Amino acid sequence: MIRLDRRPEPSRAWTIATPFVAVALTMVAGGLMFALLGKDPVEAIRTIFWDPLFGDFASYSRPQLLVKAGPLILIAIGLSLGFRAGIWNIGAEGQYILGAICAAATGLAIYPAETWIVFPAMIVAGALGGLLWAMIPALLKVRFGTNEVLVSLMLVYVAEALLASMSLGLLRNPEGMGFPGSRNLAQYPSAANLDLIPGTGLHWGVALAFAAVIVGQVVMTRHQLGFRVRLAGQSPRAAVFGGVNPGWLVVVCMGISGGLAGLAGMFEVAGPAGRLSIDFNVGYGFTAIIVAFLGRLNPIGILLAGLLMALTYIGGELAQLQMNLPLAAIQMFQGMLLFFLLAIDVLTNFSFRFGRRAVA
Amino acid sequence: MTTPLLELSGLTKAYPGVVANSEVSFEIARGEVHALLGENGAGKSTLVKTIYGLVQPDAGTMRLDGQHFAPPEPRAARAAGVAMVFQHFSLFDAMSVAENVALGMETPPALNRLAAQIREVSQSYGLPLDPDRIVGDLSAGERQRVEIVRCLLQEPRLLIMDEPTSVLTPQEVQILFETLRKLRAEGVSILYISHKLEEIRTICDSATILRHGKVVGKCDPKATAARDMAEQMVGATLATPSRAGGRTGEVVLELSGLSAPAPRAFGTALKNIDLSLRAGEVLGIGGVAGNGQDELAMALSGEMSVAPGMIRLKDREIGTVGVNARRRMGLLCAPEERMGHAAAPDMSLTENALLTAGPREDLVRHGFLRWGRARGFAERVIERFDVRTPGPGTAARALSGGNLQKFVIGREIMQRPEVLVVNQPTWGVDAAAAATIRQALLDLAEAGAALIVISQDLDELMEISDRFAALNGGSLSPPRPAEGLGIDEIGMMLGGAHDMTPAHGEG
Repeated sequence: MIRLDRRPEPSRAWTIATPFVAVALTMVAGGLMFALLGKDPVEAIRTIFWDPLFGDFASYSRPQLLVKAGPLILIAIGLSLGFRAGIWNIGAEGQYILGAICAAATGLAIYPAETWIVFPAMIVAGALGGLLWAMIPALLKVRFGTNEVLVSLMLVYVAEALLASMSLGLLRNPEGMGFPGSRNLAQYPSAANLDLIPGTGLHWGVALAFAAVIVGQVVMTRHQLGFRVRLAGQSPRAAVFGGVNPGWLVVVCMGISGGLAGLAGMFEVAGPAGRLSIDFNVGYGFTAIIVAFLGRLNPIGILLAGLLMALTYIGGELAQLQMNLPLAAIQMFQGMLLFFLLAIDVLTNFSFRFGRRAVA
Repeated sequence: MTTPLLELSGLTKAYPGVVANSEVSFEIARGEVHALLGENGAGKSTLVKTIYGLVQPDAGTMRLDGQHFAPPEPRAARAAGVAMVFQHFSLFDAMSVAENVALGMETPPALNRLAAQIREVSQSYGLPLDPDRIVGDLSAGERQRVEIVRCLLQEPRLLIMDEPTSVLTPQEVQILFETLRKLRAEGVSILYISHKLEEIRTICDSATILRHGKVVGKCDPKATAARDMAEQMVGATLATPSRAGGRTGEVVLELSGLSAPAPRAFGTALKNIDLSLRAGEVLGIGGVAGNGQDELAMALSGEMSVAPGMIRLKDREIGTVGVNARRRMGLLCAPEERMGHAAAPDMSLTENALLTAGPREDLVRHGFLRWGRARGFAERVIERFDVRTPGPGTAARALSGGNLQKFVIGREIMQRPEVLVVNQPTWGVDAAAAATIRQALLDLAEAGAALIVISQDLDELMEISDRFAALNGGSLSPPRPAEGLGIDEIGMMLGGAHDMTPAHGEG
């Protein structure tokens, strides 16, 4: 029989070791799954984790690493703030879409004028779009006590419908010969979010993501907001006694996570994606939830987790192409990562003891 | 009948960094009430948990009725005839008495048969209890009866009671003692844990005293002075709290018509409370738990907002002013529940210092935390109030209850409040620490602060209060000078004995 004993204090060693153990177990279980699918597990794992960085096509896939990790990190940093406080924004995907729509609409409204104001205006619009979309679940929760998990999640589907409508209607490229989708903003110099160092994938959004990691770290460890967030998450009653207004905290956390998700959408639509289309969103908002937890809701951890997750995305695509692995298998592989992380996480607060309990 | 019921020999249990029990040996005879005395952290809880099967000893043996006894889990201990009434009740507010009792049984009978059994047992032991009532509506004393009846239904040979009287009115204590005497007469042994030495002298036949995990003395409590027992417990001579006394200043806090609806289900609404408090004065507020103590403390701390004019601090209306703004104005508060309210269990003591001391100790500047200052403040609290902990980086939940209590009370006192509201300041704290805390409260009053001490420990209130008032059903009785107030009068102020179930003491 296995017994769990609560530790008097959370184990530091396990807090750090958990992600590594989880990755290792994911490789084992994932390898087993690939083997059952009739693929060579070692080759599959190598294709996912090694080839994107050092394989034959690495010069193409390496910049992709930053392009994919940027939005994941940016969104996850925002989400982690709320998650630490026990405020569950599951709708970052929708806020990401709204950020992209608002930013694209702003850019396209000014098109084709070339002026420096376009890019900053799009940034503001993107952040506001995400922020306001997040305010819907936030204010409903504060005012009427609705569940933010449900409302924010449902609003993702509303956002997707809005995205489709925009791509087919209002924001459709008038010179696009009837194809759905907006003009390509990446080809509109004033609006384009290009690589800061060509060929690296390091665009403005990635730079902002790195900045968010640093700011996030400072806020969590040195600022009152971070303290209040942690307090509210750990002991809501103590937080109220410490002077935290729970409603205010919901609005702030949802606002920040929504704003950052909107920014991620803005940088994506102005750069790597280039334009709004029906299939503009690829699940960054959802994957960022995994990234946030994989990174232990810690900014530095999120940075590493975002890079790792981006790696499995790119590696997963490679594995699909080169080894004919089904997409579902890759998604399952990513799911395993979160599963093992949460399972191993128990060890942070509990210690295992096997068997004998009766003998004195 | 010469073999003792329970015989402990050489019980030792070590946790990382601390030996909780070391070579503990004593015997409990059949049909005796045996007191277990000791400071917080002396190892009483570990010992009792060992007997109840919650903790496995590292060394040593137990014999129950002459038979080897090593319960691997509480179920085995219960099967062997050991029952325990915990200090914290494990009852579900929304369920009836009978349902709660059924939840604690291995094979509960049908609910109506169980209800009949509950009636029978509760009547025969003088503990009136209606099995159909919802637990949320019961007084603390009645809740304790539920726990006791749950134990008695198992027909135990040994009943362990952890601090049973801390939630009872004097009259309820008398009822409980009658029950214990009846059980004793039937041959049931009782292991009685309490800090209240006078009670132990009243009810117990023998006593074992623990200090730092070791047995340091055994005595006949009826023949030993309370002071002697306390000093054996602490291992030093005790000082009685004292104050020069008497001088009070201007009115600093005024409550007029303070009313508020219950903030949560099974809470208590505050009803039209009038009060004025002078600088340098200690007002003791007694009452059985659940009569509005928490709500009054929350209204005063600012966690619960009321109409502006209902609370005036130095002639300013503060009914809607927030928690931290009130702290800045000099009104501080220490809630009853240490874990999760007064302190965040998973956070370090430094972080817990920041929890309330930010505004007054200048621990936050431009929104940024000043960790160095916060750590310094935490260290000063730890030193001044003798909090036993490796350091300010320790998580609050790693501290024993009494040590954490010293920290959370000390944290407020060290901020030099003008008005301090404390709820149950010495609850579950050992005699020496309680004396330290009371003395610190009196010193604070001496220095000119106004104090409201909410407590269920009437001895404590009589010891430190200038005036005494009682909360009953959310109403506050008019305060009366504490000096010369008799125990019966206090009992009446508290709203009677809660002995007949349907009548709940207020209209």
